[in-house]
Amino acid sequence: MSSLPVSRLPVSRLIVVIVAALGLLSVVPAMAQEEQSTAPYAYRQLEDPAKEEKAQSLMETLRCLQCQGQSIADSDAPIAGSMRSLVRERIAAGEDPEAIRSWLIERYGDYVSYAPQLTSLTWPLFAVPAFLILLAVLLLRRRFRRGGEQ
Amino acid sequence: MSEQTPPKAPRWAIWLPLALFVAFVALVMIGLYRPADRNVASTLVGKPMPEFQLPPALPGRPGLDSRQFANGSPHLVNIFASWCLPCRVEAPQLAALAKAGVPIEGISVRDTTEALQGFLAEHGDPFQRIGADDDGKVQLALGSSGVPETYVIDGKGVIRYQHIGEIRPEHIPMILDKLKEAAQ
Repeated sequence: MSSLPVSRLPVSRLIVVIVAALGLLSVVPAMAQEEQSTAPYAYRQLEDPAKEEKAQSLMETLRCLQCQGQSIADSDAPIAGSMRSLVRERIAAGEDPEAIRSWLIERYGDYVSYAPQLTSLTWPLFAVPAFLILLAVLLLRRRFRRGGEQ
Repeated sequence: MSEQTPPKAPRWAIWLPLALFVAFVALVMIGLYRPADRNVASTLVGKPMPEFQLPPALPGRPGLDSRQFANGSPHLVNIFASWCLPCRVEAPQLAALAKAGVPIEGISVRDTTEALQGFLAEHGDPFQRIGADDDGKVQLALGSSGVPETYVIDGKGVIRYQHIGEIRPEHIPMILDKLKEAAQ
């Protein structure tokens, strides 16, 4: 009475159900298949190793917009491919990495960059630790002085 | 031994660590229960459309040139793709907008001609022009982070609104309002 209805299914039927479910799973992602980026440098490094290194270090600090925990250097999302190609082509054309970063920030906001920028909104992030260290030094000095006198 | 007594803290101070802890937990709970907004909005809203020229996505049909937007009347620019499932969901709404006389320009992202033709045959073709953004560069230039996205462009070529995700039936009046605002 208390047993679940599933346990009454014959094993062979259960297998059929599992196989059907697996088949369905493999169909769904296939429908959502996105074309990989056809941009020239999405999966190809620059010929000049010095420039590729420059591009690589910039790509490691840019966020993939689709898989937001990853940098575009790590991500296999098609939009990350497009972004990599954009970075490499602009570096190859001699553009400064920070100019490319600000071009992207202009479009997507600070969120696209993993390297924090010092702005009117973010200055407390930099100021508070400095202030706390200063406070700690002052307090400790007072304490050590007092200890010395005793 | 020493007569020196530490300065006495007020009685209520004993509750201070607990109060700080409770405040911290409250902050974490608020963060946990508020649904996270993972959309990355374009910061180009209110700014002119970036310049671009896209080749035609379909043979015999015009491509898309950003200079076509500054013709005095507002446009919708729909970023879509045949591989994008929500684009199928929004197809009837785009058809309704096109029927209402809204000029809709398409940008197909990372797509192929065959797949695109199949998609338009199945879900309808509300587009005046479709530009092929095969390498996704124009999508990046527009500050778009996914498909579908729809931009309202005014008659001077300035981006007035960005709609992230599919246009659902309940969004149509709002889109029409945005177009009306852009026409003023």
